[in-house]
Amino acid sequence: MGLLAYGDTGWGDELFFATLMTIAVALAAMFIGFFLAAIFASFKLSKNKILNLIGGFYTTVFRGVPELLVIYLFFFGGSGAVMYVARIFGYDGYIEVNAFLTGAFSIGIISGAYSTEVFRGAVQSIDKGQFEASEVLGFKKKIYYYKIIIPQMLRLALPNISNVWQITLKDTSLISVTGLVEIMRQSYIAAGSTRDPLFFYSFAAVLYLLLTFLSLKMFNRLEKNYSKGY
Amino acid sequence: MDLDFAIEHLPRLLKAAKLTIELTLLSLFFGIFVGVFFAILRTGNSKVLYYISYYYSYIFRGTPLLVQIFIIYFGLAQLEWIRESFLWVFLKEPYSCAILAFTLNTGAYSSEIFRSAFETINKGIIEAAEGLGLSKLNTFFKIKLPIAIRQSLPAYGNEMILMLKGTSLASTVTLLDLTGVAKHIISTTFRPVEVFIVAGSIYLLMTFVIHNVIKLLEKKYNYT
Repeated sequence: MGLLAYGDTGWGDELFFATLMTIAVALAAMFIGFFLAAIFASFKLSKNKILNLIGGFYTTVFRGVPELLVIYLFFFGGSGAVMYVARIFGYDGYIEVNAFLTGAFSIGIISGAYSTEVFRGAVQSIDKGQFEASEVLGFKKKIYYYKIIIPQMLRLALPNISNVWQITLKDTSLISVTGLVEIMRQSYIAAGSTRDPLFFYSFAAVLYLLLTFLSLKMFNRLEKNYSKGY
Repeated sequence: MDLDFAIEHLPRLLKAAKLTIELTLLSLFFGIFVGVFFAILRTGNSKVLYYISYYYSYIFRGTPLLVQIFIIYFGLAQLEWIRESFLWVFLKEPYSCAILAFTLNTGAYSSEIFRSAFETINKGIIEAAEGLGLSKLNTFFKIKLPIAIRQSLPAYGNEMILMLKGTSLASTVTLLDLTGVAKHIISTTFRPVEVFIVAGSIYLLMTFVIHNVIKLLEKKYNYT
């Protein structure tokens, strides 16, 4: 267990901070995903055919292409794209995009594609009467969506959001290829310098199991809390 | 988008796609046996076998595929007795390590799919089979299994697509599958967008094929 000592002699503190990094990236990706999902789910639900097509394109591409390929696109293309935009505004220097942002965005876009489907499904499973009643009561569309539809939708979506979270959490391990020091990358470094890959990768597996276990517990509690009235 | 560039690299990517298909099909093939085996353990009467199957699926579904590949490829090589055993012939090759990891991973997910399929079989059907005097083996192969296969088709189709995407991790253990070659081309030419579009389209084409094959099968085995 000396390998896991906290401080200079072991890898305990490094792995602890790496775990925090994994959680941070996963949370950031999840939020970016929610933001995208809110937009694209409304596209998919709209009556406009072109918006439907855009929404469908987004979910098909990012759920059908491997995560690793998307990460490579952002990792190698990210700073190029940012510099291109910067050039339009008259900045010519080299910009390097931070590994955290690259990771959060690439995983976020994938997570968003899954969340889009979850949101869309949840809105569609809300009773039609709710929409009709809101309209009859004279609510504006914006208001009844925020006050009536979305709160109900979130409760219905919760079990599936939990699934998306698990997928997102596990996908963050792939960001290690970009050099961001999260659990996988830290284990790789530790395994390399101690020549004990079996121990460190198994320990990484335990950390991931712990994270998925704890988040499942948390979601179960949330679900219980939100279905109190039913 | 530079079309000439895309066309120039298309043959190489298509050749790499062959390895991706190979990895996917082999892992799915072995994974079905692993999945059915553990699903049977889960539905059986023995508590011990139940927990073995439960924890197998829990661990493989709760950890990232990347960790699983790394443990098998980098981790197991560390053990002296593995290096001295006959297993070393397989475990020193990234190819067989990748297939082993993929098989165990998809096996865990499929075991859950098959288990829930077995559990939803109407009890009356099994009682009818018993009443007709069918042996246990016959009931399983002639009645339970066909119904379970039909039940699990939609979910299994999703799992096939997830496995297809999962094979991209083979590139992390030096295999040159579609993603591996795509990464190599990107890092030597610095044209991520074009390569992403071409490689991504090949993946989407494969997902499309899987999706439609499953749809056809669902239609064919629709007994209602």
